[in-house]
This record gives sequence, C-alpha cells and structure tokens, in this order.
Amino acid sequence: MTAAFYIAAFVAIVATFLAVSRHNAVHALLYLVVSLLSLALIFLLLGAPFVAALEVIIYAGAIMVLFVFVVMMLSMGPKTKGGERQWLTPSVWIGPAILVSILLAELLYVADAAPFPNGYVAQVPPREVAMSLLGPYLLGVELVSMLLLSALIGAYHLAYHLGWRQASKKGGAAP
Amino acid sequence: MNFPILFEQAMMLAGILFCLGLVGVLVRRDAIFVLLSLEVMLNAAGLAFVVAGARWHQADGQVMFLFILGVAAAEVSLGLALVLWLYHWHKTVDIDRASSMRG
Repeated sequence: MTAAFYIAAFVAIVATFLAVSRHNAVHALLYLVVSLLSLALIFLLLGAPFVAALEVIIYAGAIMVLFVFVVMMLSMGPKTKGGERQWLTPSVWIGPAILVSILLAELLYVADAAPFPNGYVAQVPPREVAMSLLGPYLLGVELVSMLLLSALIGAYHLAYHLGWRQASKKGGAAP
Repeated sequence: MNFPILFEQAMMLAGILFCLGLVGVLVRRDAIFVLLSLEVMLNAAGLAFVVAGARWHQADGQVMFLFILGVAAAEVSLGLALVLWLYHWHKTVDIDRASSMRG
C-alpha cells in the first residue's frame, strides 16, 4: 500500500509538471489526464472510493472533454508557441526560485516535526459521505446547484452574444 | 481498516501539486494553460480535504471535495467561454493582450 502510494504520488507530480510546462495544448491535456488518474488511485488508497470514481468521471471525463473541445475550436497555429521563452530567462527566475526553495525546505522541515502525532489514514465509507452530504450539508448542496445554474446562464449568455456577433458580421440576421 | 499511508506525506503531495499549479498560473501566458493550472490547484486543495477527512475519520473532507468539484466545473465552463471571447476579439489566447479593461 505504501509503495503504491509513493509510485502514484511520483507519477502525479511528474505528470503535473509536464502538463503545466508543455507548449502543445493537447500533450498537456493528456499529461493532465494521467495526473488525474494517478490522483484517483491515491484517493482509492486513502479509502475514498466514491471520490476516486468522481475524479475519473468528472475531472478526467467531463472537464477534460470541455478543454479538448475548446482546443479543437481554437485550432491555434504555431504562432502562439514559445511566447513565454521571450521573457522567461534564467536571470529572471533564478533569484526568486532560490528564495522560494529555502522557504519550501523550511516548510517541509516544520511539517515533518509537526506537534500533532504522526497518524495513519482510514477509510470513510460512501454511505457516511452521503448521510453527511444530505444531512448537515444540505444547504451547501443547494448553494452548489445555484452556482452551477448561474454558470449555465453565464455560459449561455456569452455563447449567445458570440454567435450574434459572428452572424451580424457575415451579414446574416441576428438570432 | 488502517492503511500505512502517512498523513504528512499525503499533505506534502497536495502542497507540491498546488505549488506546481501556482507556478503554471504565474508563468504561462496561454489562457488555456492558465485554466488548466487552476484545475490543478483546485484538485490539490480537494486532495488536502480528502486526506484530512481520512486522517480524522470524518466524512466532511469528501463532502468538501464534492463542493470543490462543483466550483471547478462552474469555473472551467465560464473560463473556457471567456477564452472563446478572447480569441474572437484578439485572434490570440495570450492573456497579456487582455490586460486592460474597456468602458
């Protein structure tokens, strides 16, 4: 179990680093899917099977499909590649990187010598999550549903005016 | 059922993933990569919640992960719609081109 956790954590870190550092958007999305799948494995090892399933279905499924749709719609050429390389020279980032790595080492040292005892994780079954979700957190569920509804209306508004502008530019009638 | 996974190491993994996403937001100028890095950051926060919930044997961590999932879905749909607008106006997805407000 511990070895599986370390391997999955290593894969997650490497895949995430590659995802945020690629220049090709499709390659980055594929690496991000690998990272999300390894995080789903970690959730499974942590004893949260319901969360692991949601991670695969919603993050690696629905949200990544949205990203792929937008990348396909934009069809960016090679002119957008390498825009960061013009200003991101080592003389810019080497100073802040050294300072931040000192802070990171300090943070890891403090976390290792934490005052609370070193504990093991245990499984929380999905039944308990469901009882908590529809019991004391019912108001939160309603708020999330209202947030999703407002996001739906906002996305519809943006897409409606985008289509209107393109139709009027072509000389067609506004919908 | 106890798993020999230490709480601190899982939290360190969440911290490292969050820092990677933060570096992506700060460094990348492509709007799609900025949204992708935001997803990484939200996901790392969710991992921290689930790890803490497993450590103290409470279901609250997983409930918070579900809420974060809803927020991430709403954020990414609106963000990608705005990316389409940016591409429509400027014919690029470079967010430095959209640094000034209009009106």
